[in-house]
Amino acid sequence: MPIKSDLVEVNIGPQHPSTHGVFRMVAVIDGERIVDVKMVVGYLHRSMEKLAEERTYTQNIPFTDRMDYLAAMTGNLGYCLSVEKLSGIEVPERGQYLRTIFAELQRVASHEMATGAFINDCGAWQTPVMWCFRDREKVLDLFEMVCGARITTNYMRIGGVAFDIPEEFLPAVDRLVNDDLPARFEELESLIVGNEIIQMRARDVGVVTPAQAINAALSGPMLRSAGIAWDIRKADPYCVYDRLNFEIPVGYNGDSYDRMVIRIEEMKQSLRIIRQCMHDLPGGPHKNEVPLAIRPPVGEAYSRVESPKGELGFYVVSDGSSAPYRWHVRAPSLINLSVLREMTVGQTIADAIVTLGSIDINVGEVDR
Amino acid sequence: MMLTLLSLITDSWWDIRDLSNLTDAVYDLLRDDLNVPDWGIYVISGVVGTLGIISFIGGVAIINIWVERRVVGRMQSRLGPNRLGPFGLLQPVADAIKLMQKEVLQPKVADGLVFTLAPIAFTVPGIALFAVIPWGRNMVLADLDVGIVYLFAMSSLAALAVFIGGYGSNNKYALFGSMRVIAMLVTYEIPIVLSLLGVVMFAGTMNLQGIVLFQADNWLLLVMLQPLAFLIYFLSSTAELNRTPADLAEAESEIAGGYHVEYSGMKFGLYYAAELINAVAVSAIIATVFLGGWWMYELDQIVPGWMILIGKIYAVYFIFVWTRGTLPRFRIDQLLAFAWKWMTPMAIINILAVATEVMIWEETGWSAAVILPASIAINGALAGLLIVGWVRTMAPKFQRFPDRPRMYTTIDVPSLPAPAASELRETPV
Repeated sequence: MPIKSDLVEVNIGPQHPSTHGVFRMVAVIDGERIVDVKMVVGYLHRSMEKLAEERTYTQNIPFTDRMDYLAAMTGNLGYCLSVEKLSGIEVPERGQYLRTIFAELQRVASHEMATGAFINDCGAWQTPVMWCFRDREKVLDLFEMVCGARITTNYMRIGGVAFDIPEEFLPAVDRLVNDDLPARFEELESLIVGNEIIQMRARDVGVVTPAQAINAALSGPMLRSAGIAWDIRKADPYCVYDRLNFEIPVGYNGDSYDRMVIRIEEMKQSLRIIRQCMHDLPGGPHKNEVPLAIRPPVGEAYSRVESPKGELGFYVVSDGSSAPYRWHVRAPSLINLSVLREMTVGQTIADAIVTLGSIDINVGEVDR
Repeated sequence: MMLTLLSLITDSWWDIRDLSNLTDAVYDLLRDDLNVPDWGIYVISGVVGTLGIISFIGGVAIINIWVERRVVGRMQSRLGPNRLGPFGLLQPVADAIKLMQKEVLQPKVADGLVFTLAPIAFTVPGIALFAVIPWGRNMVLADLDVGIVYLFAMSSLAALAVFIGGYGSNNKYALFGSMRVIAMLVTYEIPIVLSLLGVVMFAGTMNLQGIVLFQADNWLLLVMLQPLAFLIYFLSSTAELNRTPADLAEAESEIAGGYHVEYSGMKFGLYYAAELINAVAVSAIIATVFLGGWWMYELDQIVPGWMILIGKIYAVYFIFVWTRGTLPRFRIDQLLAFAWKWMTPMAIINILAVATEVMIWEETGWSAAVILPASIAINGALAGLLIVGWVRTMAPKFQRFPDRPRMYTTIDVPSLPAPAASELRETPV
């Protein structure tokens, strides 16, 4: 007589410790294996796209801080680029370089957080996450030095950046980029990349094939882990990326381990970019004077940047007034999450947690 | 000079190197002066010894909360508890007071009896383990001739308590934790038993005091004679204790605390304390069986034996904390595969080697001075060979970037079409 066993439905979330916020997976489980996953989002929905239609273009910049709150600078940059594209505003050279520096610093901070949280999901008891926080803290200190805020920076403006950098900023970045972080990355790599348990847990877990990745419109480290060399900074350059010399790390297997390694490599490339930008940082103004209430001509614009999570796009429609008629965000976290079911079904609960950690979602950006 | 001084105080009741002198003085008082019958003396001595051990365990549970948090905090480049009292030493006391005054919530759907029984049943075996640990040449509470079997029995009970706690909570996460505990218990009892069997064969006794005396007589520590068994026992103990890299039953990141997810207040506090007590108990077993217990190359003539044992216990316990602060967690199937495919075969091979050596020893009648160094050399070489050979043959070769060809090298990015004239705008604003 065969033993009858029922499927169990388990809520992983919205208050589960490793769902990185308030994301909910309704998993149907047979023993330890996952049979089906239903994803539920919307617990952090704040209706930003609607609210933005009642505020002026400049007033919308703080919303982008609060979407991906781990990469606020990138959100600022994407939105400012789209408004500049819509209204044809030029940005001075120094502003472009500063934007690049801060976007890359933000990438380092976000990837540190992603790597630490991923290893924490693998079960290392808080140690890597604390180490990564320690390094991220140094980057946030730089943000505080320039614009007074650490997380919700609100630093970019339409037409440039809000403040010029103080005198002590460049030496501090120099110390960080040349002395502190490379040694820290070496330490992190020696502990994590070659760790047998991490490899057992993360390799061939959460595999996404190239076809799946393209069909699901993935971007960022998720797409590159599948072996597809696609990066907005190379494919559709913005700011000054077309003048810089850097490489795009590409994975092989499309598994969680590749995504982690890619993030660590990307941080090293970000340091290269920051060094080059500091070397050729020109003088001059950091911001073009634009009217406070910008009234772009009737039309629409879509601009995209390579955020730490993937392709962050802003679609702005103007009807000639001082507020956007439509303000749409192409959030990379949400779109990268869309393939979670294909990645987790057939694996164990522990693998699902690891996979979710490797996607590096940010619920503020998923729900907006 | 030192030994001359020591000889002056030997065998008097205030010689703290061996507290049995004190108890002997008490027995003489009771028997000769107060005419207490024999069973009365037995009961009194049992109560006194039990109180001594339980007070030690309570102190250790309180101290170890601080030790663990502090050490792990330093590993994580944090400070750890440092506010309350000197160096934060009063923090565990504050935690205990907080837990005691909290209301103990019990889910309506939980099985009340089992739910209440589980923390108690989890705490008792860890304390009972200490009964057979020898603290000195004449300091052992229960001198069982089957001490090792007693240890196996008690350490299995703790896992059973974890199971009933998770099962009685009637919570899906707790059920997952319980099921994992059962799988791990069934799997890891085998390597634990088999690894200690080699020690028993060499010592010729299951009495823990006898095992320590075997090490003292032959002037060696059993970890030299049994390196493979030591490793297997240590790794299996981490699984038995629910500590990383095998804390699958708790798995904060996966099943949110596992078996104690529904517990609060002092029931949770009991779980928390019993986990530390169990860790110390297993450390005590390792220190006694493999590291010589209270004996340390005649150091016990100068330093009290129980102090040496506590030092060894904390040395082993530090390694437990160290692994907890460093390693990630295995997946359940990987952990079980590790036990079945590596630990159990290795333990059996180890027993085979030990049995051969003991057989040769008994049949030929060579002196221990010949056979034991030879065994140390053979077993050490065997352990290195088996571990390295297993890694070479079984483990997947690490390749940061695999050899197989990549699916795509690059993708042609189509250039964006030039905007039509109608889409071009004059520069506004």
